[in-house]
Amino acid sequence: MTPFTTLDGKAAPLDVANVDTDQIIPKQFLKTVEREGLAKGLFYDLRFDEAGNPKPDFVLNQPQYAGASVLIAGDNFGCGSSREHAPWALLDFGLRCVIAPTFADIFYNNCFENGLLPITLPEPVVRQLMTEAKGGNHVFSINLADQAVITPSGEIVHFDIDPGRKEKLLKGLDAIGETLQHNADIGRYEYKRSLSTPWLEARP
Amino acid sequence: MSGKTLYDKIWDAHLVANDPNGETILYIDLHLIHEVTSPQAFAGLRAHGRPVRRPDRTLAVADHNVPTQGQSRGVGAVADPEARLQLETLGRNVAANGIEFFPMGDIRNGIVHVVGPEQGRTQPGMTIVCGDSHTSTHGAFGALAHGIGTSEVEHVLATQTLRQRKAKNLRVVVDGDLHPGVGAKDIALAIIGEIGTAGGTGYVIEYVGSAIRGLSMEGRMTLCNLTIEAGAKAGLVAPDQKTWDYLQGRPASPKGGAWEMALSYWKTFFTDLDAKFDREIHLKAADIAPLVTWGTSPEDVVSVTGSVPDTTAIADETRRAQVQRALDYMGLSSGQRIDTARIDVVFIGSCTNSRIEDLRSAAEVARGRKVAGQVRAMVVPGSGLVKEQAEAEGLDAIFTEAGFEWREPGCSMCLAMNPDRLEPGQRCASTSNRNFEGRQGRGGRTHLMSPAMAAAAAIAGHIVDVRRLD
Repeated sequence: MTPFTTLDGKAAPLDVANVDTDQIIPKQFLKTVEREGLAKGLFYDLRFDEAGNPKPDFVLNQPQYAGASVLIAGDNFGCGSSREHAPWALLDFGLRCVIAPTFADIFYNNCFENGLLPITLPEPVVRQLMTEAKGGNHVFSINLADQAVITPSGEIVHFDIDPGRKEKLLKGLDAIGETLQHNADIGRYEYKRSLSTPWLEARP
Repeated sequence: MSGKTLYDKIWDAHLVANDPNGETILYIDLHLIHEVTSPQAFAGLRAHGRPVRRPDRTLAVADHNVPTQGQSRGVGAVADPEARLQLETLGRNVAANGIEFFPMGDIRNGIVHVVGPEQGRTQPGMTIVCGDSHTSTHGAFGALAHGIGTSEVEHVLATQTLRQRKAKNLRVVVDGDLHPGVGAKDIALAIIGEIGTAGGTGYVIEYVGSAIRGLSMEGRMTLCNLTIEAGAKAGLVAPDQKTWDYLQGRPASPKGGAWEMALSYWKTFFTDLDAKFDREIHLKAADIAPLVTWGTSPEDVVSVTGSVPDTTAIADETRRAQVQRALDYMGLSSGQRIDTARIDVVFIGSCTNSRIEDLRSAAEVARGRKVAGQVRAMVVPGSGLVKEQAEAEGLDAIFTEAGFEWREPGCSMCLAMNPDRLEPGQRCASTSNRNFEGRQGRGGRTHLMSPAMAAAAAIAGHIVDVRRLD
């Protein structure tokens, strides 16, 4: 996994609550056996009209946000379907960080598996960041080690993040590799389990 | 020290190790997989040369993008080449790894959250995961069950464990008797309407109270299925006599002496009287009416006798704009009575409401009546076995005589990844679980409701109170 350390980039404000993963990447783009190439489907119904032409009013279609790497969104971002295609599509599009007041649980977990940083900040702070992102200068700096967002006006906003998850992103750790170091613990558990629930050992 | 909740007990029983980084490695008893969220996980295993640790604790089905007609012609006849590739890829992956698979057309195949319980794979006290958010369904058996992403699917395939952080405990108490015509779907929508789609975020919900005890296993599955729409990690109902009765004799249920051993083990999974919950919510069953959604989020619920929000009465500007956006998408006017909404399509199916009791309840409404002229109505059983049972009971004849299409099992129009989908602007009375913009097809307008209410809407041609259907 690509580590996440620091990021300097444009932030695009998506002032909508309850952005669900069906909106982030609609179902027709899930029929792939690859992780790559999903940028074309990102926010498809919001980005494009029925004829496939870009909708000029959608934030990621506006020239001042071209190449944005941060998305600032409303409450409960990523709710709905568990599809990991949502973070894959955001990353493929070039977005590496999402800032919102709250995230839905499965989406939040999926971000950490892919080197996408979800930053949770109180609603008024997110609102303030959104206001700045709507101004003339949209370039934000994110420093994960310092847990800081530096706004275009130079204000430093601190964010909280679980230390384990922070380390995972900073080092780009492979979760499976880490867990396989507990192979002996898993084996011991399986032995114990074979005694307490033996009917689960027999293949149905 | 206070007692443990049901969630605490399942957690403790599956603890393999505590990692210094704050994560717990939890053992997974049952891993369900399907064609859409597994291909990249198998590709990841191959790239690292990692085997599947417990193919015997993994079961595969084909449900999300299968067509609901012509399944006997096989995967090769699936018209959509991308869907076909995913289905074929699943077939190859399970064969290469020795994983049991109920392929499309097998009578045991169907929607993953219908198949698991039906086969007796889902059992109390288990940990169950699947790359699908509606895995919460299996919580109806007192199993800790939740959706995971594809990276986690790969993690479970490789290690049979998951790295988790413990959620908080939320108890939802629903006491009293439900009115006739009100069921599990209405309870679930009432709860989501009450706490909102993010109201359960960070919690595992345990449902208790006389109204919950009174639900059948299938009703409990509907309730737990919709737990994810309240944002919660998982939903749980403690197992009881109804659970044992449901499980006994299922293909994968323990038999003979093992049944007795399992039963005494399962009976340890309940919340201690002195257990503490982080939060509690109380609802009175008698306050719940047949509910439908009016907007584009499952929390946008209204009694069928009520009206959509009046935007002029909303003081908060942001909220008013949100409601207006939803009304515009749904093609509804501020303050409009919900039972005036004319319906184009009716969908009875999905992991929420495609089990035999759901079909019986819809058939009872459809019996001897006719689907309104402009309505296309479809019934999609949750599995081949549900379909077979319904046909044995003559439900298919009731539906087809009334003008409903009787189709083959799959996720169908719940998520429009297969040929069943709405056209832009079409309004659908749906027994599924998500009324998001575009969920059932771009521009499609979804009203969530119970199977009886959806059947009633098909007959009336508009949303209607099933208790007042002519």
